[in-house]
Amino acid sequence: MMADDAILVAHDLTMKYAGTNGGMPALERVSLSVRPHEFVCIVGPSGCGKTTLLRLLSGLLIPTSGRVEFEGQPLVGPRRRIGFVFQQANLMPWRNVLDNIALPLELQGVELETRRERARDLIELVGLQGFESALPRDLSGGMAQRVAIARALSHQPELLLLDEPFGSLDALTRERMASELMRIWSRRAVTVIMVTHSISEAVLLADRVFVLGPRPGSMRLEVEIPLARPRTLDMTYTREFGAVADRIRQAIESA
Amino acid sequence: MGLFNQTKPTPATYPPHGIRRWQQAWVVPLSLIVAVALWQVTAEVSRLPAFMLPSPVEVWSRLLRAVSDGSLVRHTWTTLGEVLGGLSLGMSVALSLGYLLAKSPTAERLLAPYIVASQSIPTVAIAPLLVIWFPGRLSKILVAALIVFFPVLVNSIVGVRSVPEELKDLMRSLRATRWQVFAKLEAPAAMPVILGGLKVGATLSVIGAVVGEFVGSDAGLGFLINVGRGQYDTALVFVAIMVLIVMALGFYAIVDRLERRLLRWRADPTRE
Ligand SMILES: Nc1ncnc2c1ncn2[C@@H]1O[C@H](COP(=O)(O)OP(=O)(O)OP(=O)(O)O)[C@@H](O)[C@H]1O
Ligand SMILES: [Mg+2]
Repeated sequence: MMADDAILVAHDLTMKYAGTNGGMPALERVSLSVRPHEFVCIVGPSGCGKTTLLRLLSGLLIPTSGRVEFEGQPLVGPRRRIGFVFQQANLMPWRNVLDNIALPLELQGVELETRRERARDLIELVGLQGFESALPRDLSGGMAQRVAIARALSHQPELLLLDEPFGSLDALTRERMASELMRIWSRRAVTVIMVTHSISEAVLLADRVFVLGPRPGSMRLEVEIPLARPRTLDMTYTREFGAVADRIRQAIESA
Repeated sequence: MGLFNQTKPTPATYPPHGIRRWQQAWVVPLSLIVAVALWQVTAEVSRLPAFMLPSPVEVWSRLLRAVSDGSLVRHTWTTLGEVLGGLSLGMSVALSLGYLLAKSPTAERLLAPYIVASQSIPTVAIAPLLVIWFPGRLSKILVAALIVFFPVLVNSIVGVRSVPEELKDLMRSLRATRWQVFAKLEAPAAMPVILGGLKVGATLSVIGAVVGEFVGSDAGLGFLINVGRGQYDTALVFVAIMVLIVMALGFYAIVDRLERRLLRWRADPTRE
């Protein structure tokens, strides 16, 4: 393992939810290691424990056994240096876009003017100029998801965890959002771990892809994506792309 | 799980927003004029004595008399004070206890039986006891507070429990303090339900104060009604009742304003 220069290391994570005593664990002996500024995707069939794994990596959930190390320290709870984007946009409906994005800064006691300024920068980054004072109820799914990403970036985390952030979007919006995320990632010194259902999305975005098998989720495959950067949607049609995607698909299907 | 999990929030027993649309128009004033006219006609045609059914004209002149001798204003202030006192006392106890019960299953298990049992006693039955124990206006405030207490309690429990699990996770992932979770998540998330409780509570506290005054008092609109009844001055009873109605409507309007101001973020129900 490249544990030395890794930003995040997981050793033998097993998760059994309370109430499923003696039953099948949701996640079994998963180990992984992520380098700084790496873009990693986790794919796997529904219910295989992807959300569970991501929550374990964020410190929101404590594993039944195994451990997580973040920046060389054992992770025992949520950290401000780890940002989390939930499967749903998860915005506060009573806050407008600007104040939703500024929430993490507000909780840290950053002054109003400073945090508004930073939130405005982020609004620009995710392309939502003009919607500063819009309420979540007036946003489309894609816009809400961009607000959620901006919010997770606002306190400048080292590590960004995304749980199927584009899951509820249509194919076109999804592609646009994926390119946007790639652009944001290339501009910022942030490490990304993203869960997705879509194999092609994973191959397009990631440096490495982890494949989880069906419940109890365990690591099936770990592939380096050999495509050069910057990546474009056209690459989807290359032979290399198809070959990697195929390997991943087979790993998932060989249940 | 706890007792209150099945409990639905008490809905405000007021017409929904849609009613506003025709309130603004001429319908309400017109219906009022028609109602008063019908009342006047009934009073005249039926030839009932004034102590049975006073006519609007008689009630109006009684109102003017009560205003000019200063008694109506004085009694209204008394009742208003009791209502506001009862409302704030009942609300604050119910809100803080509701928060505690919503957050702590132990507290709920411990206290719920007493709270539910206490609700099986009609407030009207406890009122005499309170009047005996607490002389003066305090007893009326307590009756009003008591009657406000339960619906607001239930609503605040439901409100705090309705905070989405995902937003709690968000606050946790951002390492929010307990106070921050309360101030920035639980309070605003529970606000719609709590304002619903306040709407119901505001009118209930008017009822509570009047019940307290009925049982024993020397001031207030409830006292005025008692006096009017005793002296066959039925017009005075009508006057007091109307002031009570205006008071309840006033509270409704205030909470409604507050609601529209604080809950602007919710999807506007009149938009479609
Ligand atoms: N809080 C919980 N308590 C009990 N079981 C749970 C809990 N959360 C998840 N599980 C179970 O653990 C398994 C993995 O769930 P998880 O949400 O991690 O899957 P997932 O891969 O994210 O699925 P999806 O792709 O549908 O989002 C599922 O079988 C689920 O039923
Ligand atoms: Mg999931």
